[in-house]
Amino acid sequence: MSTITIKRPETSEPVAKLDKKALSADHPTWCPGCGDFAVLASFFKVVQNLGIPHEQICTIAGIGCSSRFPYFVNGHGVHYIHGRAIPLATGVSLSRPDLNIFVFGGDGDGFSIGGNHLEHAARKNLNLTYVIMDNFVYGLTKKQTSPTSPVGFKSKTDPWGAQDEPVNPMRKLVASGATFVARTHAAQINHMSEMFERAIKHPGFSVVEVLSECVVFFKGSFDAANPRKGGEFPLIPEKQWDESPDDWKAHDTTDLSKAIKLAEDPWPGKFGVFYEVERTTKNDNEHALIADAQAKVGNASSQEILAKRFARMR
Amino acid sequence: MVDDAVIRIAGNSQDGIQTIGGLLARLAGRTDQDVITYMTIPSTISGGPSIFQVRIGSGEILSPGDQADFLVAFYEHSFKSHIGFLREGGICLYDSDEVTPDTSDKRFTFVPVPLTSATVEAVGGTAKDRGKNMFALGLLCSVFDLDRPRLVEIISRQFGGKDESILRNALLAFDAGYAYPLGDILDLAFQLKPAVASGKNRVATDGNTAMALGLIAGGVRHGAGYPITPWSPIMEQLRVELPQYGGMFIQAEDELAAISIALGFSYSGHLAITGSAGPGLSLKMEALSWATMAEIPLIVINVQRGGPSTGLPTSVEQSDLMQAIYGSHGDCPRVVLAPKDVEDCFYIAIEAARIARKYSVPVIILSDQALSSRIEAFTEPDLAKVMVDPVLDLSPAPEDYKPYPLTGETRHAPPGTRMSGGSYPVVTGLEHDEMGHPTSNPDLHMKMTARRRNKLRRLEAELPTPEIYGDAQGEILLVGWGSTYGPIREAVSQLREKGLKLAAIHLRHLHPMAPGLEKVFDRYDHIFVIEMNDEGVYGQGQLATLLRSRFCNPKIRSICKTDGLTFKIREIISGIDDFIAVTA
Repeated sequence: MSTITIKRPETSEPVAKLDKKALSADHPTWCPGCGDFAVLASFFKVVQNLGIPHEQICTIAGIGCSSRFPYFVNGHGVHYIHGRAIPLATGVSLSRPDLNIFVFGGDGDGFSIGGNHLEHAARKNLNLTYVIMDNFVYGLTKKQTSPTSPVGFKSKTDPWGAQDEPVNPMRKLVASGATFVARTHAAQINHMSEMFERAIKHPGFSVVEVLSECVVFFKGSFDAANPRKGGEFPLIPEKQWDESPDDWKAHDTTDLSKAIKLAEDPWPGKFGVFYEVERTTKNDNEHALIADAQAKVGNASSQEILAKRFARMR
Repeated sequence: MVDDAVIRIAGNSQDGIQTIGGLLARLAGRTDQDVITYMTIPSTISGGPSIFQVRIGSGEILSPGDQADFLVAFYEHSFKSHIGFLREGGICLYDSDEVTPDTSDKRFTFVPVPLTSATVEAVGGTAKDRGKNMFALGLLCSVFDLDRPRLVEIISRQFGGKDESILRNALLAFDAGYAYPLGDILDLAFQLKPAVASGKNRVATDGNTAMALGLIAGGVRHGAGYPITPWSPIMEQLRVELPQYGGMFIQAEDELAAISIALGFSYSGHLAITGSAGPGLSLKMEALSWATMAEIPLIVINVQRGGPSTGLPTSVEQSDLMQAIYGSHGDCPRVVLAPKDVEDCFYIAIEAARIARKYSVPVIILSDQALSSRIEAFTEPDLAKVMVDPVLDLSPAPEDYKPYPLTGETRHAPPGTRMSGGSYPVVTGLEHDEMGHPTSNPDLHMKMTARRRNKLRRLEAELPTPEIYGDAQGEILLVGWGSTYGPIREAVSQLREKGLKLAAIHLRHLHPMAPGLEKVFDRYDHIFVIEMNDEGVYGQGQLATLLRSRFCNPKIRSICKTDGLTFKIREIISGIDDFIAVTA
């Protein structure tokens, strides 16, 4: 429960129901065929479904193709610096419980330059939703190896094929302490929307990795997980706890070691929710500190509190 | 009767040297005496030599003092390192269990006291020699005829609330020290002239605390930081204080996250603070440029220490001025301020908050290690006059909302604001038009670059020309910034007593600088800029370089030093002597 109250101005204006037109801002600068278009469409759909008030939408991004996202959403937004969208969003999330905060970014932003922030936001369980649009390549800078590029991927920085073991996003996120970790595919819009909706409803740090193809620099990268391209889209069967005969075989999303084991599946792996638990958020902890401190000072004004502090130094 | 006394206590850091210094300073502050302290802390976790120096007096005390009147030496190494600092005729009180001085040296009066064994005898039990700092404090109390009941009260407040035996042992040792027979030394010693009561409450604290409280008074309720010496005490205090005011201070995973979290708070409509020392500021630079570009207000404190790199983490230097003004990439104007003493740390934080809000700019405050840790007494601020209570304004933005008008001040609509025109703002580090919309239009980039710079020009126009201390015109003008304020003033006073016509000005606003400096410079034959940084390849320190490039005035010359210690008055005078004879 939040103890910070944000005073909102009273308004008699009727709140218009959001439609795609109201939510659309600039026409996306992405290349034709880019997977990110579908992510945007899915985001619009979920925001409408959840009935989030217009002024409470806040999208935050760093640098990269996918990080242009805030320009394409008509909502409050920040286009910040490379890799630091999560810490900026931390300040917004902690001080503004009235907002719905969405961070968008790519694999470079999230797993390379911003990797440290991802670890710590997950550990602290910050209340926000992070969508990582993973295309396995640096696109905006025109085809360098990314932290998720598979071994052997030929890029301008590895013309002979990438050598380094790529990051395993699901394993990293689960191990870092994120409390909602899911994986989806930009070509599976219904599944993607379902994952987004669950992520947004989750209290705490929720991350969805979306395999979003870069059709220019890594064409066909995710065909193996796309039935329309001859691949498979294997879903994670989630345990229903309903005593049905096959339920024991299904995945327990609260089991950390099973989630990590699931992340070890060979390419293209499985899709759906890997891990989902409830844990006290950083927001709760900070707000509790405020509640405790304010209970101690009672109704004292800020000037009275500070005057007391000075009196101790006399 | 004397005006002031300089007492230097030398021992090891685990002896609680800083505790006695702090207690003495607090006492002085409470009895209307002026006080200034100075300490060196070894950068190791525990152990190693440590000193605390306190100068107490009834007049205006500006610097820690060039020489000590009274030295307390706990060990042989403390004695050897610091006896040279005692003035001729001074008193050296030493632990006769540890130190064997050459008492035939007639320049000093030697007073042997078995600090270790007398403390063990007084406290007894398992405490061993712990408490000999309190024993020494008792001795000082009797030598200087300090206000004993008040000192006991301050000790009780410091140690009360912990394990009862700690306070009991502290007072046992203190009383034993107070009662220790010192013979005729008491006749030699100095009784401080009683101070003229100001009728106002006085408070004694260090620069970091004053800065933290100034931020609170200025209406700052949010912040984030990462631990680094000597900045950490500011963040520790804000972490504890801010929740009472409904705010919060977050310890981040690194410096980049710290400034980013702070910018997240500011973007949300809560002016925020981050800070560090020089190395951390280097890491924050990219985000700082974003703040300039996006025009998000922010306060950034740099408690400067000796650099470059890890450098001298617990020593003082003023070598981050250029970094503060020009660090980071691109044309990135931001405001730079520097407090002149501990009291000013409080007021400059309030001013920084006002400027950051008014102009929507990042404001850097350059403090330093000496200022951060020394204790000074000053008049308790009139909070009714300065206190700011921040308000988060989420009233709907009008249809003609324009965050970055080419003329006029920035106006942001924080997230949560209903946009009456239906179009919501994205705050960006890309160059943008008046609406905040990205553009790489060459003409607009020029206009927007000018817009960001002109905010500082408008600020410049409202700044007061610094006051002149000393002769309104004359031979020499000393120019200083930051914590050199006190020693520079004392140097001016000493040289004026010798009949020289000279003055000093002190710059609190370093970027932009206050207007009217050229007119002040015209009135003196020589201008010396005193600063604790290197004279560089071309012979000028950092402020001197800036002043020369600004005013093209060859009269401007530098007196620099980089020994990691504050300026002594005699160093300033001998620095002037290197150019023109003033002591002949």
